[in-house]
Amino acid sequence: MRWDAEANAELAREHGLYPEEWERLLEALGRAPNLVELGIFSVLWSEHCSYKSSRAHLRKLPTRGPRVVQGPGENAGVVAVGEGWVAVFKMESHNHPSFIEPYQGAATGVGGILRDVFTMGARPIMLLDSLRFGDPGAPRMRHLVDGVVRGIGDYGNCVGVPTVGGEVDFHATYNGNILVNAMAVGVAREDGIFYGRASGPGNRVVYMGSKTGRDGIHGATMASDVFDEAASAKRPTVQVGDPFTEKLLIECCLELMSRGLVVGIQDMGAAGLTSSSFEMASRAGCGLELDLDAVPVREAGMTPYELMLSESQERMLLIVAPGNVPSVINLCKRWGLDATDIGRVIEEPVVRATFGGGPAFELPIAPLVDEAPRYERPYQRPEPAAPATLPALRDRDWGAELKTLLSAPHLASARRIWEQYDQSVGAATVVGPGADAALVLIPGTRIGLAATTDCNSFACGLDPFAGAAQAVAEAMRNLACVGAEPLGVTDCLNFGSPESPAVMGQFVAAIEGMAEACRALEIPIVSGNVSFYNETSGQSILPTPTIGMVGVVPEVRHVPRGSWELGEALYLLGPLDGELGASRYLQVILGLDAGPVPPVDHVAERRRCRVVAELVRLGLVAATDISDGGLAAALVRMGSPDCGADLTIPWDSLVARVLFGEWLGRFLLAVQPACEPALVQACEGMELHRLGTVGGDRLVVRVGKRIVLSESMAELCALPQRLLEWMEGVQA
Amino acid sequence: MTDGGRRPRVAVIVFPGSNCDRDALAAVEAVGGEAVPVWHQSKDLQRCGAVILPGGFSYGDYLRAGAMAAHSPVMKAVRRHAEQGGAVLGICNGFQVLLEVGLLPGAMLMNRSLRFVCRDVYVRVERADLPLVRTLQPGQVLRLPVAHKEGNWFAEPAVVREVEQRGAVALRYCDPSGQVRLDANPNGALENIAGLINREGNVLGMMPHPERRVSRLLGGEDGRALLRALVEAA
Repeated sequence: MRWDAEANAELAREHGLYPEEWERLLEALGRAPNLVELGIFSVLWSEHCSYKSSRAHLRKLPTRGPRVVQGPGENAGVVAVGEGWVAVFKMESHNHPSFIEPYQGAATGVGGILRDVFTMGARPIMLLDSLRFGDPGAPRMRHLVDGVVRGIGDYGNCVGVPTVGGEVDFHATYNGNILVNAMAVGVAREDGIFYGRASGPGNRVVYMGSKTGRDGIHGATMASDVFDEAASAKRPTVQVGDPFTEKLLIECCLELMSRGLVVGIQDMGAAGLTSSSFEMASRAGCGLELDLDAVPVREAGMTPYELMLSESQERMLLIVAPGNVPSVINLCKRWGLDATDIGRVIEEPVVRATFGGGPAFELPIAPLVDEAPRYERPYQRPEPAAPATLPALRDRDWGAELKTLLSAPHLASARRIWEQYDQSVGAATVVGPGADAALVLIPGTRIGLAATTDCNSFACGLDPFAGAAQAVAEAMRNLACVGAEPLGVTDCLNFGSPESPAVMGQFVAAIEGMAEACRALEIPIVSGNVSFYNETSGQSILPTPTIGMVGVVPEVRHVPRGSWELGEALYLLGPLDGELGASRYLQVILGLDAGPVPPVDHVAERRRCRVVAELVRLGLVAATDISDGGLAAALVRMGSPDCGADLTIPWDSLVARVLFGEWLGRFLLAVQPACEPALVQACEGMELHRLGTVGGDRLVVRVGKRIVLSESMAELCALPQRLLEWMEGVQA
Repeated sequence: MTDGGRRPRVAVIVFPGSNCDRDALAAVEAVGGEAVPVWHQSKDLQRCGAVILPGGFSYGDYLRAGAMAAHSPVMKAVRRHAEQGGAVLGICNGFQVLLEVGLLPGAMLMNRSLRFVCRDVYVRVERADLPLVRTLQPGQVLRLPVAHKEGNWFAEPAVVREVEQRGAVALRYCDPSGQVRLDANPNGALENIAGLINREGNVLGMMPHPERRVSRLLGGEDGRALLRALVEAA
């Protein structure tokens, strides 16, 4: 069928439009569209581009704050850091492509998120990745882990942006739909921010970067559909990345912007030339005229349909004043990049394109962008999982249980993964992966930017509201452990099909939980991404609202440390007892998927985080947040194979709650004896427990005078390494 | 090439795809040199007395790491500079380039693990009596990061023998106490070779990244001495 043939209802259905959307399209246009116009409607009205099911609820998120320079709606969020600097950041999912083709799917996920950040004029200084895989033993899972890790590594390593953090977890609901959420953080000067706006009628539209090929056509539509057994047939819709070209784009774009040669700029991400042209025109209230014959192509015979819908990677669309076009093209040439004038900005709010000397399409912008369909999907608010009826947890073999817990996939060390990422390129990494949060200096300064990604999807499955709120609180605690105060949040909301009222209910509850926590903790959400349809053959993933949080250390004077040192005293800040509901202990040891997930105590969390962050900035304590696996797992994380600790908890303690309870905003702190009085003074008025001292090569826990746990640290520290060793096929 | 108290000029070559160039520029400045970025198409070294070939993925490294860079215009000038006794430090991808142009012997294979590896390693100083290593102590152990996929140095047995006999090994992977052990070798390089130096001591190639270790806040200052030697040789 020719690209200019008239479309009909049947074709619209094949393009993923609902019948009522087809009617709406006909009404908006006042005529039947041709095939290329239908293609454009279908991608811009796809869930991925239009947020049609989520927008009504996303409005509930707090997006303002004194530091917010740019909230959601641009390529990335922008917050003021201080001293004239801004942090530019966003997280995005690349779940579907990564399941189909893990290497390219993950690689292009990294490429896309980097473009979102440098498009704003910011130099990317760190990458983080939040990954969810299925049961480690499930079919293809080793291949998926291996491919995703290589893809992220090969891309990030080549472009020279350090990968400094993230998280990995495993759960059977991800067997047929893994999650790859990539986050990038960049920095710019306050007055050096650029926006994706096609303003100034008469300005030229310049296409820059890789040539357009036939790859990735309908990627955005694929990302808006559920998987079935035929998913592997969709492999051709996955794009192919070229990190070398991306590296050239970064340097060239930043140079173009610093020389003032660019009016507006946006990358051609999902839905390629279509989304970049319509979105830029829409933001500026202008229109565009495009000459599709001028678009650089990889192969002959490409049609307007393919040119508009290709998702070939590493391409940018620039708006340039007519007089600057030659300078732009020359600078691109110096970097070995193609740049071509393909059109101009017009006043009339339409995008009009020609091809082969005749008209290709002409579409009004508003119906496709601002007036795209919005749905108030029916939803069913989830009942939080009932509290567990626990057995009497007395006189158990706590050492054996700790070892079982440390061997569980949820507590697996990701060391083997992040050793495949360049963590220190840029020569600014103060704290890299494996810590509570990453800390990277803004180039040429002592200002530290901290970042973390967090989401306990097990808890979110049990109670999406409280689980999502806890993810925000945990992110803040993680930042505190490297001395940082939170600046803002980017989110990546991974859910099943919004057409299911139960899934929609999870989504709404999670948004409300995040909103409540962010509002109470005064942390604005400045960018984000929604990924629906994460389900395979009717099986939905656990709700996974991943939180990416960025914080600041105004002047880094000490390197935050995550390990204790010989002779230090150990303290627990917060309640002695943790909460066993939704804990890994319940999930792994007792086999109970049960709550409750406790609510966030905002006042206590903030107070403790402030104190911990300050103590870390002063170099007085080593700190870690008590989360998965409770205090016991935190002790192993903070220790080392040759350096253990001896702890005593009160004789009437409930061992399971103290050692394995989670939540409630608890921290484990290690402090030199000389600094103990300072710690005690700083924590005045807060619950603080002295647990014991660092020494010996075992982890020893006493209840009163009775030893209830005594294990070799070397053995405990080795256990979390096992899973990835096994998945890589390494002999231990 | 110091004149009248001016800081010695050190060229940092920028290939398309270099990604440690800015780190190298900053590190040179941190040890008192004047860092000068020199574009790959430049035909001269802009009056610099020393050269850094930085890490990265020059030209994407889609052929063999460093293979394309070896044929760039600026490398003619670098070679001339080296042959006249000028100082050249190749780091990571820069080391690969030095092997490709034949300024140092051998070749790089893919790491034994077939994976990219990034972690801190320890290297033992094997030579400290030549210009580019004279700020070090023999037997000294440095802690530096590696970040590469092709750092598995290889040569035929005769070349390995010659390299050892003439003392061309500048740095060897070791454990924290300085013992050269197989499990301290991150990539499978023959004889645990982490860095090679030419006979005259003016060309040094190494896989670890000294330019990432010039600050107490950023993992330590073990890279400073090597960069200082380069600046002093400029």
